[in-house]
Amino acid sequence: MSIDLKTIKHISKLSRISVDEKKAEKLAGDLNSIFDFIEKLNELKTDNVEPLTSVAETTLKLRSDEVKSKNLRDQVIKNSPKENEDYFVVPKVIE
Amino acid sequence: MSDITKQSLSELVENIKGKKLSSSEVTKAFVERSEKSKELNAYITEDYANALNKAKKFDEKPNLDLKLPGIPMAVKDLFCTRDLRTTAGSKILNNFVPTYESTVTQNIWNDGAILMGKLNCDEFAMGSSNETSFFGNVQNPIDKNLVPGGSSGGSSSAVAAQLTPITIGTDTGGSIRQPASFTGTVGLKPTYGSCSRYGIVAFASSLDQAGPMAQNVKDCALLQEVISTYDEKDSTSIDFKRNKYSKELTKDIKGKKIGIPKEYRVDDMPKEIEDLWKKGIEYAKDCGAEIIDISLPHTNYALPTYYIVAPAEASSNLARYDGVKYGFRAEGENLIDMYEKTRSEGFGAEVQRRIMIGTYVLSSGYYDAYYLKAQKVRKLIKNDFDDAYKKVDAILTPSTPSSAFKIGEKTNDPVSMYLNDIFTVPVNLAGLPGISIPAGHDAKGYPLGLQIIGKAFDEQNILNIAYAMEEKINFKNNITDWWIK
Repeated sequence: MSIDLKTIKHISKLSRISVDEKKAEKLAGDLNSIFDFIEKLNELKTDNVEPLTSVAETTLKLRSDEVKSKNLRDQVIKNSPKENEDYFVVPKVIE
Repeated sequence: MSDITKQSLSELVENIKGKKLSSSEVTKAFVERSEKSKELNAYITEDYANALNKAKKFDEKPNLDLKLPGIPMAVKDLFCTRDLRTTAGSKILNNFVPTYESTVTQNIWNDGAILMGKLNCDEFAMGSSNETSFFGNVQNPIDKNLVPGGSSGGSSSAVAAQLTPITIGTDTGGSIRQPASFTGTVGLKPTYGSCSRYGIVAFASSLDQAGPMAQNVKDCALLQEVISTYDEKDSTSIDFKRNKYSKELTKDIKGKKIGIPKEYRVDDMPKEIEDLWKKGIEYAKDCGAEIIDISLPHTNYALPTYYIVAPAEASSNLARYDGVKYGFRAEGENLIDMYEKTRSEGFGAEVQRRIMIGTYVLSSGYYDAYYLKAQKVRKLIKNDFDDAYKKVDAILTPSTPSSAFKIGEKTNDPVSMYLNDIFTVPVNLAGLPGISIPAGHDAKGYPLGLQIIGKAFDEQNILNIAYAMEEKINFKNNITDWWIK
């Protein structure tokens, strides 16, 4: 199989990563060689195999619903690239 | 004592407990050596002044009952450290200061150790050579321009060069064991669920595990004892009875059954790796172990499976880096444009590649063909190990298919880079513990490692086998301090 430039553009949209022509061509090459390698899995018949979703054979434990962390609003906000008082700031969304 | 940094962790602990050394003396020695070793580029963030202060405070009121009393330690920059920048080796987290501490590092500080700084790693732990880090290559102290392995490359370099007495790394597909093998050090990837993932920057959540990286097996067992705890903050943390790994450590492995999987004899494996493996088998026999040939028939499918499962989980985990709440932001004309530019400029090439692979295999119309298929093959790989462990107690393999390579040698060919993890990846897919110990040198004098894989939750057993074999192997690391002028 082959991943063409159109597919790369589509994946880049889904991934929210902007890609120019040059980068798209490089990515197409890389992804094609990686997928050639991945295709090996098609040698195996797996119709009756249960998929393994987690190796941790454990059931989720319940705990009491208590607030344990302190109010860290100021420190959390301080990490944002752009803030205004108590808010994260993003480019205008509604016209 | 001028040779403080040459001491192992166990020796330092003994000397501090015996009041022959203070925490300040030890911390100062490691800080000074780290400062002289900038050329290795092992650190991303240094925290030396705070470390020296903490050591002074420890000495004023020393608690010598702790397991790591006043021991300085630098850790991989994938562990969130409260109030100290945590980058994951990425530009996108260049200025991120966590408001919380990872459980694993908290356990370490609770037992008396002191943070010295954050160690370099491949960006988001995606790499096998530490070359994908935004903060540049790390040098392997074994030789100039040699990679230290990855992704825990800063960690392996720092332990081998004795910039820190011991450290922790994370291992998603080999990121502790491969760098340990490349630098002549010991690295343990514990059973999935043994060490909490809380506060570790996530790469592939069904595979990620933290573990110790050390100069010897005894030190490794001691740190594993400290970091492995049940944690309700990690929903996949497992509540099992943990051993006192260092106290229960024994060289008596008589009668232990060790499996040799024939499928690990891969095509064009260098003769020196084959020879090392044979020597390892002889060492194990000398220790009284019984050697049994086994088969892990789906070994060859492990890497292709990994390169679906890991990128799929990564693409989902890394969706949170959007330039809004923390980290780097590139300006854009609108919100979507801002996201796309932020992620394009903030992530490096390898991380973008893996996000794209992951997005593709999870996308509509391809999910069954790739992701579901990979999960099914993952089951077959785990079944192989389950069957093998009906006959044996542990499995012995080489850690890597080659010794360390030169910086730049494999960067243009992602698949050849991925092949580095051929012996380590199956262990992550099956969620098992594995340890790499240094076992010999190749013709160039570079270290080579052997891997011992255990049953789930059976860390004690593989530590014991490693401990017994370590004595027989009697490995000496050949480090000349070439980077110190």
